Amino acid sequence: MLQVRNLRCGYGSLEVIRGISFHVAAGEIVSLIGANGAGKTTVLNALAGLLPPWSGEVRLQGKDLSAHPPWRRVLHAMALVPEGRQVFGDMTVMENLLVGGYRNPQRRRAIDDSLKLFPRLRERAHQAAGTLSGGEQQMLALARALAAEPRLLLLDEPSMGLAPRLVGELFRLIRRLRDRGVTILLVEQNAVAALQISDRAYVLETGDIVMEGLAPDLSNNAEVRRAYLGKGYKEVWE
Amino acid sequence: MTGPSCRQALTPFFLAALLITGAQLAATAAHREFYLTQLILCAYYACVVLGLTFLVGYAGQISLAHGAFFAIGGYATAVLTTTPLRNSTEPWVAWLERAHWLARRPGLYGGEILTVSPWAAFLAGLLVACLAAVLIGLPALRLRGHYLAMATLGFGLIVYRLLLGSAFAGAADGITGVPPLRLGGWLEISGRASVRVRNYYFAWGFALLTLALLRNLLVSRIGLALRAIHDNESAAQAMGVPIGRVKLQAFVLSAAIAAAAGSLLTHTNGGLGPSEASAMKSVRYVALVAAGGMASLWGALAVSSILNFFSLRGWFGTLDHAVFGALLIAIVAFAPGGFGFIWRGVGLQRRLFRPRKKRLDDDPRNP
Repeated sequence: MLQVRNLRCGYGSLEVIRGISFHVAAGEIVSLIGANGAGKTTVLNALAGLLPPWSGEVRLQGKDLSAHPPWRRVLHAMALVPEGRQVFGDMTVMENLLVGGYRNPQRRRAIDDSLKLFPRLRERAHQAAGTLSGGEQQMLALARALAAEPRLLLLDEPSMGLAPRLVGELFRLIRRLRDRGVTILLVEQNAVAALQISDRAYVLETGDIVMEGLAPDLSNNAEVRRAYLGKGYKEVWE
Repeated sequence: MTGPSCRQALTPFFLAALLITGAQLAATAAHREFYLTQLILCAYYACVVLGLTFLVGYAGQISLAHGAFFAIGGYATAVLTTTPLRNSTEPWVAWLERAHWLARRPGLYGGEILTVSPWAAFLAGLLVACLAAVLIGLPALRLRGHYLAMATLGFGLIVYRLLLGSAFAGAADGITGVPPLRLGGWLEISGRASVRVRNYYFAWGFALLTLALLRNLLVSRIGLALRAIHDNESAAQAMGVPIGRVKLQAFVLSAAIAAAAGSLLTHTNGGLGPSEASAMKSVRYVALVAAGGMASLWGALAVSSILNFFSLRGWFGTLDHAVFGALLIAIVAFAPGGFGFIWRGVGLQRRLFRPRKKRLDDDPRNP
């Protein structure tokens, strides 16, 4: 589905991503975990085309996307749920969804489908998105991306700022999306929850991938547990 | 679609039509029909402000060249319809005449003069304005921020200076003697008192039509895209909105409306001068957009009609430009939501106008 080779990018002269390579196979949930400032969001923004890559290659279903502007990448069935939701606050829920399906000729049906997943949003269809609660806005950000009917969904910190109960709900939902055939690349600080639903994961540290593997293996790995899961700190180091 | 219900949307149109008819009846009854002349000009200026509101309020791009686009439309009409084609034996002149692009009319000193027909001149004005907008917008709109404002400021100054310095455009005197634009047998766009009432209704019909067109665009796919861009450019881009292209389309449309209004006003006045292209005129349009509430088409229509009427009646005297400059400062400093606060205060706004989505001071991206 997605192949990334030697991707380097950054802001100004600051190199944030130092030549990373990874892949996501169709039907997988892959997560990219790492501490604050590791460059997770930067990777997703580069994939979505919001940040021009310095070098390297991004292939989606075999097509090289490096030269494509962000709006054209959507045509290749990739959708981004940006960090911090970034819903269009002045516009109604329905208008947000319509913009989400901007490139999708079937947007009406897609919006209807995604509203089935989020009945609360249907109730609030004509309410300004800025007036929704944080959890509802996160749902809207997700529903908006689904309006494009992506085959690859890039999720940037979807659990950020959500109550623990909602986090569980959200991750169950992500699983359901995968079962419906959407491939998912998940970026999370909440490594415990991310690893629970993922098939594989990559550990990103200061712009490099330092570890990769099956999700269960990583969650049992002593180093990962120490650094990202906050577990067994004492038994490993003392 | 997603906007407010049909009835809600049509109410202001009915009210506006009532108000327009009422103003005409009152002016005629009071034997003050000459007021209608200024109100006709107001309607055309209001079109420019409406087009600019679409660009500034919804697309978030500021243009300081709308005076210039207005003048491009006006001067295309004025120059083409008053310049006689002397070498009428040339093959291209004959070709143009066969294609009905030319018109003959009796000259001032007898005989017959051959010029470009008003309709062809109108279209030429639109075309030149659109081309100019594409040429400025293409580079400027690829960048984020206020590059369009800077590029259009430069363009506006250039157009003004060119008109002021060109003999073919009448230099500082401008052009007079522009023939009427005929619309069927019963209506001609000109300044003659006998067609004043018809012209009044045509001008306001044109303004309301412009408003209706823009309003429909706003709830269409492209309008959604514009508002999404205004709200969050990178999120809109990630959703598949080609931001450069959409902004350019909005800019070109806005420029074309200004040019059309310029052309019609030139026919009404029978001429125009270079001051239409001056930077102060462009600033005035921006001030009126701000005073109308930035993102409110009805607000822009109301405020621009009222203030332009006073200005055209000469109420502001020699302080004319100063009034609009002061207005811009006052709006930015004290009432970023425009004059909307007046009817918001009375509670009328919710019923009469679409509720304003937000106040501008909530949005740090607006100056």
